[in-house]
Amino acid sequence: MGGFMDRLTGKSRKSAYQAKERLQLVLIHDRTNLSQSVLETMKDEIIEVISRHIDIAPDEVRIEINKDGRQQRLIADIPIRGPKRRG
Amino acid sequence: MAGKVVTITSGKGGVGKTTITANLGAALASRGQRVVCIDADIGLRNLDVVLGLENRIVYDLVDVVEGRCRLRQAMIRDKRIEGLALIPAAQTRDKTAVSPSDMVRLCEELRQEQDWVLIDSPAGIERGFRNAIAPADMVLVVTNPEVSAVRDADRIIGIVEAEEKGPAQLIINRIDPEKVQRGDMITTEDIVELLAIHLIGIIPEDDNVIVSTNRGTPIVLDGRSKAGKALRNIAGRLLGEEIPLMDLGRQDGFFSQLGRLFSGGGR
Ligand SMILES: Nc1ncnc2c1ncn2[C@@H]1O[C@H](COP(=O)(O)OP(=O)(O)OP(=O)(O)O)[C@@H](O)[C@H]1O
Ligand SMILES: [Mg+2]
Repeated sequence: MGGFMDRLTGKSRKSAYQAKERLQLVLIHDRTNLSQSVLETMKDEIIEVISRHIDIAPDEVRIEINKDGRQQRLIADIPIRGPKRRG
Repeated sequence: MAGKVVTITSGKGGVGKTTITANLGAALASRGQRVVCIDADIGLRNLDVVLGLENRIVYDLVDVVEGRCRLRQAMIRDKRIEGLALIPAAQTRDKTAVSPSDMVRLCEELRQEQDWVLIDSPAGIERGFRNAIAPADMVLVVTNPEVSAVRDADRIIGIVEAEEKGPAQLIINRIDPEKVQRGDMITTEDIVELLAIHLIGIIPEDDNVIVSTNRGTPIVLDGRSKAGKALRNIAGRLLGEEIPLMDLGRQDGFFSQLGRLFSGGGR
């Protein structure tokens, strides 16, 4: 959303903007020691565990790290497809 | 009342720690405070030349720690600024000559007779840095508005927190308002958002810094320099005064740029 306005005003092309974007990712990585590939693995494992109990949409699962001050939070967004159909 | 120990540190080297330590010391002393600056960068002594006191060194920090002289003998009093003294680093030894507990003991003694003990830390996360933060009541982390310096600052802030010396406070040095305006320098607001710590001061890039370093006279004594003013402001904040951040221009939008164009400041 902000991205659209930024593109419109040319802000996203400024190098300072890129510096901030890149730093955001680097700092999360430095602070948590989690790489993108570890995140992907975790996502697959979470999907596997949850799917044993309820029906979810694996392609719509999102897992990301949010920054809250100097604290990081792992946020998983897992859409449920409704009660598991039987036989 | 016991004095306060403030450590000035950074992750990346060369961001301005020594310049800032020297000038905060000079600014606090010219406000009537009793200040001692300690150069904790053993083997890479520099605070002495920035303060212009290099010709008067007899004893150093390691001499004190190893008992070759009394504390008082290693303190070089600045003759131009009443109340300011320096304990220089040893030049021919390495960081292992001093331990964190040596620093704690030394600062306990200094605290009794000083209002401020300012410690100039080496960059990085090694022994020298550990020595410098061990006795600290407050840690000031210096960074530049630049990707690698901000990243390294984040590491240091994390360690300071883990050592229970936090929350650290941030100084952003060498801000170039024109580059910020152009969108080629990360803004103060963005750095504070990324690092999520309290900002105690911002200092502009200023050619007078090198001039004053050449002469060995602190830039805070130069009434006209912007960096000098910014450093005096930080000293004031350490003294508990509420001083607004210096206006170093923000990255502004189309309309204010248009405004500058019409007011003839657009060039
Ligand atoms: N605001 C400024 N404007 C212009 N030049 C500056 C500014 N601050 C520092 N400098 C210059 O940057 C250089 C490095 O500064 P300084 O020695 O204080 O950094 P440092 O963090 O102590 O470095 P080190 O990690 O090597 O100890 C010096 O040449 C100094 O004059
Ligand atoms: Mg230095």
